[in-house]
Amino acid sequence: MPDYNLSHLDQLEAEAIYVLRETAAQFRKPALLFSGGKDSIVMAHLARKAFWPAKMPFPLVHIDTGHNFPETIAYRDEFVAALGAELLVGSVQESIDAGDVAEEKGVNASRNKLQTVTLLATIEAHRYDACLGGGRRDEEKARAKERFFSHRDEFGQWDPKNQRPELWNLFNGRRHEGEHFRVFPLSNFTEMDVWLYIQREEIPLPSLYFAHERDVFARNGSLLAVTDFVTVQPGETVERKLVRFRTIGDATCTGAVESAARTIEEIIEEVAASRQTERGTRADDRRSETAMEDRKREGYF
Amino acid sequence: MDILRFTTAGSVDDGKSTLIGRLLYDSKSIFEDQLAAVEESSRRRGDAVVNLALLTDGLKAEREQGITIDVAYRYFATPRRKFIIADTPGHIQYTRNMVTGASTANLAIILVDARKGVIEQTKRHSFIADLLRIQHVVVAVNKMDLVDYDQAVYDGIVEEYKAFASRLDNLVEILTIPISALNGDNVVDKSDRMPWYQGPSLLYHLETVYVGGEHNHVDARLPVQWVIRPQSNEWHDFRGYTGRVAGGVFKPGDDVTILPSGFTTQVKEIHTDAGLLPEAFAPQSVTLTFANEIDISRGDMIVKANNPPLVSQDIEAMICWFSQTPMAERGKYVLRHTTRETQAAIQHVRYLVDIDTLHKVEGGRSFAMNDIGRVGIRTAVPLIHDAYRRNRITGSFILIHPGSNETVAAGMIL
Repeated sequence: MPDYNLSHLDQLEAEAIYVLRETAAQFRKPALLFSGGKDSIVMAHLARKAFWPAKMPFPLVHIDTGHNFPETIAYRDEFVAALGAELLVGSVQESIDAGDVAEEKGVNASRNKLQTVTLLATIEAHRYDACLGGGRRDEEKARAKERFFSHRDEFGQWDPKNQRPELWNLFNGRRHEGEHFRVFPLSNFTEMDVWLYIQREEIPLPSLYFAHERDVFARNGSLLAVTDFVTVQPGETVERKLVRFRTIGDATCTGAVESAARTIEEIIEEVAASRQTERGTRADDRRSETAMEDRKREGYF
Repeated sequence: MDILRFTTAGSVDDGKSTLIGRLLYDSKSIFEDQLAAVEESSRRRGDAVVNLALLTDGLKAEREQGITIDVAYRYFATPRRKFIIADTPGHIQYTRNMVTGASTANLAIILVDARKGVIEQTKRHSFIADLLRIQHVVVAVNKMDLVDYDQAVYDGIVEEYKAFASRLDNLVEILTIPISALNGDNVVDKSDRMPWYQGPSLLYHLETVYVGGEHNHVDARLPVQWVIRPQSNEWHDFRGYTGRVAGGVFKPGDDVTILPSGFTTQVKEIHTDAGLLPEAFAPQSVTLTFANEIDISRGDMIVKANNPPLVSQDIEAMICWFSQTPMAERGKYVLRHTTRETQAAIQHVRYLVDIDTLHKVEGGRSFAMNDIGRVGIRTAVPLIHDAYRRNRITGSFILIHPGSNETVAAGMIL
């Protein structure tokens, strides 16, 4: 009998496509949360495959903190145009201007946590009943407990102690009016799998992921980029270094790593040898031991 | 490189977290910042040693109470394989969680404490692995360091386990390995403290065990998930039927039957965005087109004309009850099977299984949380199915409470 074994990337791809199609089928109005980071790029790439040659039956939604690296926005617009997808932007600045949320104070102020308010308002305004997210279980210990189909109550809250069991490939997306789901097609991908898949599929990425020279300074153990959104404090020294980003998020809390990796192949080598998790550069996760769980309970990505 | 999905089962304090920590650590899948965070948490909690369980117990409530609440998924890879661990709690709701973890596993590691031998928990875990038809079981006799690496102790446990396992029907392969998760004996490398043990190390076995036979490649089954109609000029008449192949192999030109309608046609092409495929097999996600235009929608099943599945409104099944609310007598639930949902009524409770003794207990009328037993179910529309022992995908279902929308039970069709 011929060998009907699939490689690990083929298995992960088949699983993710199954989850994407199941989302389209089980929900009235899904949306794909797109940040411009590599995980949501991979997810959008898989969504294109899942519904090809038709267009994907949901829009891309970007929750924009207003504190982006300009490279992210340039990439986003080009990527969405090439995909032929619809893009919808939820603005944290608008939430602040409307008084729905207050800007954090102090030197470590970030709009990362504020995104939750804008995200939930966007979901409510458009009555999305499922939001596809690029979260992976290997990223963080609270995310290790996530389901593929993860229930949110009418306040957008996650109740990690009371989740629906998920067996075989049977996903229970039944919900009451006002509730929604977060769906994570990349649950079983690791950081390495994402990079190997990007390499195999030749997916273009924002330039931030590749080594480049940039003015940075050390704060709380991270290397932060000098941007309009952070103020360098007395005692902090700005240096020009060869860096790249392992994750891309809000510019105020996403740290760079020193790296000379200029190609996907070099990044894969670097990831294989790395002794730090990719979220180790994220100040947002370091606020407390359960920072991710706390934010997720409130409705974060 | 392929994937091995495995689940770990053990009772409290038998070293499960230590074993997982050891596999992750020795395969360099624990990162320095994770270890530093765990060390810091252990220190703050006043633990005497670094508590590797904190790596897997990620929720606040788990860390506060020192227990594992829910299934967590862990990942590591070696040059040979990618591994997905469904890490299931040893005590609280262990049946429900182990059934969940086992449903997607190719292999189960059952931990036995060398000082305690085969206990009730060991039997329960083995019964569940058997019920869910996990093909490979590893009985890891742990804490060999605490019995002076004594072969006689190990042999006694192996003998006792094999006598018990002979009463189970399905387990394809059982391997027993003496280990010390704490010291790493026989976990990654063979230990020189147990020269009497001739078998492989645990990791070597995980890396090399054959999992190619996990999917049914005989009975062609494609539950239709979603219909693609681009309605663009370029793809004007394109109608693609998508789904994840649940069994067998489909090729262009194959005669197929669409169920439940019974219409027949031929496979025209198998599409992907990167071109056409010569064949499609489980567990690929594919898009098929057909020679004739016929009515096909989500919930239909595409099968080979000469190899039909079973079609019936009355099924017999083993179920495991998950909900804190017991089953309503002759209750009605929503049944989700492949890509369809239907109403279902529990017509008969045949028996419950006492999973400590494996005895069938007749006369019960309901199921409480963690109960396992056999029921007769009537569905509102026919289920297009196979027996679970023949196909885990077309033979499995879940029951959903129509009011709370909670998943209340998992079922395996007999």
